[in-house]
Amino acid sequence: MAGRAPGAPGDPPAADLPAVAHRVREHIVGMCAGPEGGHLGGSMSLVEILTVLYFAVMRIDPRRPAAPDRDILVLSKGHGAICLYAVLAERGFFPVAELAGYARPGGRLMGHPVRAVPGVEMPTGSLGHGLALTNGFALARRDRRCFTVLGDGELQEGSVWEAAMASAALGLGNLTAVVDRNALQITGPTEDAIGLEPLADRWRAFGWTVREVDGHDLGALHRALTQAETDGAPEAGRAGRERPVVVIARTVKGRGLPSVEGKVRGHYARLSERQAERSLAVLRARRRRAAP
Amino acid sequence: MTDARDGAGTAAPPSAREAYRDLLPALMRADDRLYCLDSDTGLFDRAAFAGVPDRYLNLGIAEHNLMGTAAGLAASGKIPFVTTMATFATTRALEAVKIDIAYPALPVRIVATHGGLAAGHLGPTHHALEDLAIMRMLPGFTVVVPGDARQAGEAVRQSVGLPGPVYIRLGRSATPDLDARAAGTGPSAGEPFEIGRAQWLRPPGDVALIAGGPHPVLAALRAADLLAAHGVRAAVLNLHTLRPLDADAVVAAAAGTAGVVTVEEHWRSGGLGGAVAETLAERAPARVARIGMPAAFAERVGGQDDLLGWYGITSGAIVAAALNLISGTPGGGTDDPDLSRV
Repeated sequence: MAGRAPGAPGDPPAADLPAVAHRVREHIVGMCAGPEGGHLGGSMSLVEILTVLYFAVMRIDPRRPAAPDRDILVLSKGHGAICLYAVLAERGFFPVAELAGYARPGGRLMGHPVRAVPGVEMPTGSLGHGLALTNGFALARRDRRCFTVLGDGELQEGSVWEAAMASAALGLGNLTAVVDRNALQITGPTEDAIGLEPLADRWRAFGWTVREVDGHDLGALHRALTQAETDGAPEAGRAGRERPVVVIARTVKGRGLPSVEGKVRGHYARLSERQAERSLAVLRARRRRAAP
Repeated sequence: MTDARDGAGTAAPPSAREAYRDLLPALMRADDRLYCLDSDTGLFDRAAFAGVPDRYLNLGIAEHNLMGTAAGLAASGKIPFVTTMATFATTRALEAVKIDIAYPALPVRIVATHGGLAAGHLGPTHHALEDLAIMRMLPGFTVVVPGDARQAGEAVRQSVGLPGPVYIRLGRSATPDLDARAAGTGPSAGEPFEIGRAQWLRPPGDVALIAGGPHPVLAALRAADLLAAHGVRAAVLNLHTLRPLDADAVVAAAAGTAGVVTVEEHWRSGGLGGAVAETLAERAPARVARIGMPAAFAERVGGQDDLLGWYGITSGAIVAAALNLISGTPGGGTDDPDLSRV
């Protein structure tokens, strides 16, 4: 597993978000080269989203993962587990070396997030659960921020919209949802299955403030996840109620590996040693070009 | 048999769900971890939550969100009481109950109304005849079927201090007070209701009647009286908690008898009868005759008592089953309906 954690657990977050994101991608490749492979495409599309949240937005302390006033993140798209594990390890919740045990019998890093892993708030993997859970977290304490990251295909689950109605009706201004809009699901484009567009309008109609960003632009993500709440669009909100925010992050499935970028076949991958080496070389070459 | 109305209808109010409704706001005022999550049931009056209005939430007609929200609250140190009808709690919202609540072992209290056939004329969409089988299968859940309104209140009160998730199944209408019916007749009569500890309503005898839920327990008590007229002494055990199951009491009830008759307002598979049969098969094999709803959906309009009568959840059916056990008559082994009865 390449890369190293940014110092001891609890140290201030690394300022060099691109470097963190690069290491997370290397970890993802490493885990996909493990015994069971992994959800490569949807983990690669998620890297910048989780990196910004855990390293620059959320108030969290890896030494106190159960601190009552911590910010909360529920990874509703639980098949992004390997990205979450990599980001949590980089952030110091557990040793980076443990990532080598992903999907190996006897370990705790299961194919979908497990609560036994420090930093994982709730078990997810069956789609359509995260937003309702986050509603509960946000209700329990309104003095902390609660995030959930959804897949776009996941939005076909009706339970998402039950929960979305409730978030707005309850005035959960401390709740932010992020949609990893990579536009692909296992069988092909989301729009060829059960289409999601006009996605922003749908969320607005449910009473949410919508922000659309390039989901691989760390700065744009940071701004969207931290700017003041209402966006001057109170007309659709209920009087005296704060509106939840959804960030629609336009991403590329498999981002970072040209052989699978935007391609269905990268949804799940079991990489051979040679494929993994090639993938790491590609990632490093891109990284050198981006940050010489 | 004309004994469908085994004591129901003669009761004093309140019903178990009204007892719960009246108790919960007081519990919430005393403990700021408690929430009431309603799903537009119409059971609660917002005005009753004076002093704690922020912790009464009507989350609307959306049971998946209801359970998920409860889980998020519970993961944040709160103790949410979630109310919906039993069938919606355990079938519509089952995946959220399993993954969001049971898997992380969170202290959510699901208080489900309209258990069994309580919804009567509303029909099979509102009957819950599978809920106990489902809930006792989920790891970590405590599963309680109080026998009357007083026991419902006790179950709700005691549930606050339990570590994991809890399912409490309530009915709809008022039923008689079991303590008054059973006073002085069993080894533990007069003892307080305690989650996890079966309640003896008639002492060990020639045959054991093990029942759960108001109507089944009342039918068992009436059957015990009828059997006494035949010279048969019948134990009556109120097995109000299906998990953790009071296996010692079940074994003790069966010991030295001709067999055990189980009685429940539930499909015959997987509920109380199933739990008793599993326990006895493993610890102290005995014949078991299961009284419950056969594997069928109600086919015509009936109130709760009508349906209980038509489908044989009656004192008459219990007596017949007990006498068959005593005489060694073969039978049982199927959950399919005996259509001649319906």
